[in-house]
Amino acid sequence: MTGAKALWATLANHGISTVFGYPGGAIMPVYDALTFYPEVRHVLTRHEQGAAHAAEGWAKATGEIGVCLATSGPGATNLVTGLADAMMDSVPLLAITGNVARHLMGTDAFQEADITGITLPITKHNYVVRDVEELPQIIAEAIRIARTGRPGPVLVDIPKDVQLAAYSGQIPKPHARPEIPAPADEAIERALELLRSAKKPVMMVGGGSLDSSAEITALARAWDIPVITTLMGLGAFPASDPLWLGMPGMHGSVAANRAISEADVLLGIGLRFDDRVTGRVNGFAPNAAIIHIELDAAEIGKIIRTHVPVRGDAKVAAARLTEGAVKGVWPEWTAQLQEWRGRNETPEHWGAGYAVKAVVDRLTPDDILSSDVGQHQMLCAQLARFEKPRRWLNSGGLGTMGFGFPAAIGAGMAEPGVRSVVIAGDGGFQMTAQELATLKMYDIRNVKICIINNSYLGMVRQWQEMFHGKRYSEVWLGDSNPDFLKLADAYDVPGYRASSAEELPAAIDAWLNDPKSALLEVVVPHEHGVFPMVPAGAALYEMIESDPKRAAELKAQLADAPMNEVPMNEVSDA
Amino acid sequence: MTEPVPYDQLLSILVRDEPRVLTRITALFGRRGYNIKSLSVGNTEHPGVSRMTIVVHGDRGVVEQAIRQLEKLHDVVKIIDHSLEKYVDRELVLVKVAITPESRVEVRQIAEDFRSRIVDVGRHALTFEVTGDEGKVTAFIEQMRPFGILETMRTGRIALTRGSNADIASHIYHSGESETLRPALEGLEAREERARGVPNLF
Ligand SMILES: Cc1ncc(C[n+]2csc(CCOP(=O)(O)OP(=O)(O)O)c2C)c(N)n1
Repeated sequence: MTGAKALWATLANHGISTVFGYPGGAIMPVYDALTFYPEVRHVLTRHEQGAAHAAEGWAKATGEIGVCLATSGPGATNLVTGLADAMMDSVPLLAITGNVARHLMGTDAFQEADITGITLPITKHNYVVRDVEELPQIIAEAIRIARTGRPGPVLVDIPKDVQLAAYSGQIPKPHARPEIPAPADEAIERALELLRSAKKPVMMVGGGSLDSSAEITALARAWDIPVITTLMGLGAFPASDPLWLGMPGMHGSVAANRAISEADVLLGIGLRFDDRVTGRVNGFAPNAAIIHIELDAAEIGKIIRTHVPVRGDAKVAAARLTEGAVKGVWPEWTAQLQEWRGRNETPEHWGAGYAVKAVVDRLTPDDILSSDVGQHQMLCAQLARFEKPRRWLNSGGLGTMGFGFPAAIGAGMAEPGVRSVVIAGDGGFQMTAQELATLKMYDIRNVKICIINNSYLGMVRQWQEMFHGKRYSEVWLGDSNPDFLKLADAYDVPGYRASSAEELPAAIDAWLNDPKSALLEVVVPHEHGVFPMVPAGAALYEMIESDPKRAAELKAQLADAPMNEVPMNEVSDA
Repeated sequence: MTEPVPYDQLLSILVRDEPRVLTRITALFGRRGYNIKSLSVGNTEHPGVSRMTIVVHGDRGVVEQAIRQLEKLHDVVKIIDHSLEKYVDRELVLVKVAITPESRVEVRQIAEDFRSRIVDVGRHALTFEVTGDEGKVTAFIEQMRPFGILETMRTGRIALTRGSNADIASHIYHSGESETLRPALEGLEAREERARGVPNLF
């Protein structure tokens, strides 16, 4: 058996059913050996970045490891963005790259790149396989590392001659998943003490809590603690529950950001206090004692001073805090939060927000929603109502334009019975639009693409409007955008279009009811801001609640909002 | 809140002896902006395991983050925080001192007082080898400075904890599977917390 066959046999032994990839010279033995392993499906994307994001989409939707494959040099470097993305969002990913033969490595041989060197800071770990006898074990170990503890991407680089060398050993079975360490009793005791003394507690849950959703929901309900879900944590707590306050941070909800600013105890679970969440760090939760439940010890105290660190399994921690619950001892606090909850702007006027809301309102709790990066992403996060975890896929940590569409393909292939909807901007969609070919090639029928076309790189335009004196530098796409319907048609993907609130409902119906994967372009007004917004460098309590353009309305609104310390004109003139 | 005070922290890091391990460690320090004051690396008595001594300069928060980030690296077997237990540390320094016929005797006398060896004799310079802890090395250099130091080369500090316990039990090394090395890490946090008099919450 060759190293290449041993690779496939090991992947098959680990239950890997699908890999996303793109061939090339340095990985040809692996592609050749693939023909002997029909139990593994290979999906040919049209760019290696698409393969990496599709594998991420697979992993984010299922919680299982995603696998992608590329050749050496340019193939491998095309994976880099996906690997960095997976690192930031803790996505279990196995990337396999071919490399030039061992004797050529380090000689600047044709299509050689030092991919392990390049990906060193953006992988959890990486390997060069120097001996075929180690190949299967390394693959098994890489899979284990990718999915244990805080998950992340692992890259295995295999020189071409190692792929061709004869392997005589066994094919390894999967490693048993090691137990996640349980939190210390003393930590739980101290957390309980703090919660019992609280008057204004709030829970904030992040992407690390998705698999503990049931326990976290029980915990919140047992104590009556209001819950904030970060961008990555959306779905970890059901949006229909009255305790849910929305998302915190730069484009978070008024209720969430105010709750954080006023809280006396903040219980953070499975999160890393990203700067888009905290705003100015010394203005974050200024009155709160912080309990931080987290598996990755390095995240505890990294950004925010933690009063009670609880290291270990969020599932166990949440269950134990539920046992010690004292219910509903802060009626005034919950009443106050309910009032703030009512403040969020719901988009009434025709625009990107209106369109996003119309689409997400049509989704069921089982549908998977991916977004790309930009204004539409924040609108999705604000307006979609997730009832379950792993139904919301987006690039949170890296903010990768081009992520959404291939991720939706990966998720759609992982769950063919489920609708996989992607909402993208006209800018970001074009970064991986070539994956329309992947839909066609595999006759994928459950991917629904929605492009919110504002003819601008909208999010950048908004910052230019607010912070750069409306100097719209290099963000106009309108004159050069393709006819998205013709583009879709070129790949046999049916297309629909709506340009007004009147046209939208019928277009959405036709698009969602089309038996095939389909594309919907929604043409919206060019200039539309996403609010609320906390300007970069400001504290959460300095949030701008609504569009400064509507200054008059705003003044009235501000009169009863003493916490809002940034006058609108100051911000928009900056 | 009191201002964080930077200090020098001596760490020993036991790592799997694999390609790029040094890059991984230094890249981590570089990317996160932690300041390495000195770094020395060598083999250990156990095949497959290398030992580094790193002096990190930073406040408590930085040092703690550095330790936790290092712990996450798959190649790192164990980190020994030398502020927690008694240790011996040494540095080897070569110092080339300018001499004149008049200063020659005095320079040699000082070197003798420091039990330093002459390793090279030139017409206008003597090169000394000094080993010792940081205080001794610094004192030696200060004593020689008035005569004119032409060049120095320091190896960086190396350290071992005192007593008869090895920092890591030898049987751990020989079990083959890399994962069995990980439990060695677990004592670390407990020790850190004990030393600070803070309850162990992890
Ligand atoms: C690969 C990449 N390049 C650049 C950016 C910076 N960026 C963030 S949002 C944005 C605009 C996105 O525009 P569009 O896709 O049209 O979405 P919209 O904001 O209009 O909804 C840009 C350029 C990014 N996040 N990712």
